Amino acid sequence: MKKENIKLLENGKRSDGRNLDEIRNINIELGIIPIANGSAKFSFGNTVAIAAVYGARSLQPKFLQEDEKAVVRVRYNMAPFSTDTRKNPGIDRRSIELSKVLRDAIENSIFLEEYPRAVIDCYAEVISSDGSTRITSLNAISLALALAGISMKDLIVGLTAGKIEDKIVVDLNQLEDNYGSADISFGYLFATDEIVLLQMDGELKKEEFLYALSLLKEKAKVVYEKQKEALRNYLEKEKYD
Amino acid sequence: MIDERIVLQLLKEGKRLDNRSFLEYRKIEIEKDIIPKAEGSASVKLGNTLVIAGVKVELAQPFPDTPNEGILVVNAEFPPIAHPTFEPGPPNEYAIELARLVDRIIRESKMIELDKLFIEDGKVYGIFVDIHIISNDGNLLDASTLASIAALHSTKIPKYENNSLIRNEFIGNLPVRYKPTYVTIGKINDSYILDLTYDEEQVINDLIAFGIRDDEKIVAVQKLRGKFKFNEIEKLLDLAIDKSKEIRKYL
Repeated sequence: MKKENIKLLENGKRSDGRNLDEIRNINIELGIIPIANGSAKFSFGNTVAIAAVYGARSLQPKFLQEDEKAVVRVRYNMAPFSTDTRKNPGIDRRSIELSKVLRDAIENSIFLEEYPRAVIDCYAEVISSDGSTRITSLNAISLALALAGISMKDLIVGLTAGKIEDKIVVDLNQLEDNYGSADISFGYLFATDEIVLLQMDGELKKEEFLYALSLLKEKAKVVYEKQKEALRNYLEKEKYD
Repeated sequence: MIDERIVLQLLKEGKRLDNRSFLEYRKIEIEKDIIPKAEGSASVKLGNTLVIAGVKVELAQPFPDTPNEGILVVNAEFPPIAHPTFEPGPPNEYAIELARLVDRIIRESKMIELDKLFIEDGKVYGIFVDIHIISNDGNLLDASTLASIAALHSTKIPKYENNSLIRNEFIGNLPVRYKPTYVTIGKINDSYILDLTYDEEQVINDLIAFGIRDDEKIVAVQKLRGKFKFNEIEKLLDLAIDKSKEIRKYL
């Protein structure tokens, strides 16, 4: 497909009918992997990620342990059937980078010092992809960590933004990710006002970048509320089960 | 290696072991065309950090979604000669992240006019940038990017004839326009610090890199480590834009 033929905006609406600052439907299911310490399925529209947290548990072999804090391991993986053309299964350079970036966000959101010599394993599988997959995975992991009872500064709230035809929008779908002129991935802790994940590529003026960040923070509130609501409902239900 | 506690104590007092101010880069020395068989090459010395980038131009198949454009591949190796912590074997996640960040700043800044690298249907020039860390004393991202951009600006395109490239005949220079640079910023006690040495990198928890193009457009951002307050991003950006102008002069 040629770039020129793609219409990302028509009459102020995006390719999937959304407004500029509109997030796709958020759907959350918790505890879907009973054997994990915590698990969650999170979706932005057609992008779906399932996360499981195993731990905190003793890290073996012992020489890998850290005496004063937990080790966090993260694996981000896309299922071969999640993409337009089949994705070769297994680890590639992209998934190695994204796993590192996600781990770094998670390490800065957990009270690691509460878990000396332990490991906290966070796994995310993208089972359906339509843009923003790393951020969808981050939201799923955040909820799985909370259900696993891991001490955190706050839930980690993730959202993407980008630029399509001179407009800044939030929650990019695949088309906007591929043919827009910039995209930003953002992970944020409301409780401490800390950005724990920030990546951008594309072409933005300083003012555009700062505007996108302010929009991200504003709209991340929506994701934050959804995460909290899902947890509340789940824990309420568990109480009576 | 210096005791981490000393480095940290000095930084907290606003001092650095090598007496630089917090916003001062080490001496930057760039040499171009240092590898005869590479179509483009450069070495960058940043204090005791030494990086070589080589560009090889090869015949390649275009990507299916851009059939009329040349391809770009960036790879980085951290060979064990460069540091006692570097081990032989496949690239680790830091080498992969570095290569992907350099790829990103080259690609997103549109510094190479890839559409001019078309040869014929199904055949294009492939631009392979290989980053070799020779000596590691920190700030590998800024140094590797300088080396890669310098190497690309020295790259020549070999002649294509009878299905192959003629290695010693050139049709011209690689079509390049901008000189994008990364500025990596560390934070300690609410102060910002640039061009960290290896020892400084061991004690600084918060690191972020901004890729800036000649026209001050932001083309890449990566929080490398730690966390930043929402409201400090603007200050960081101003610093990065300012410094990018200074280090671009060396290219």
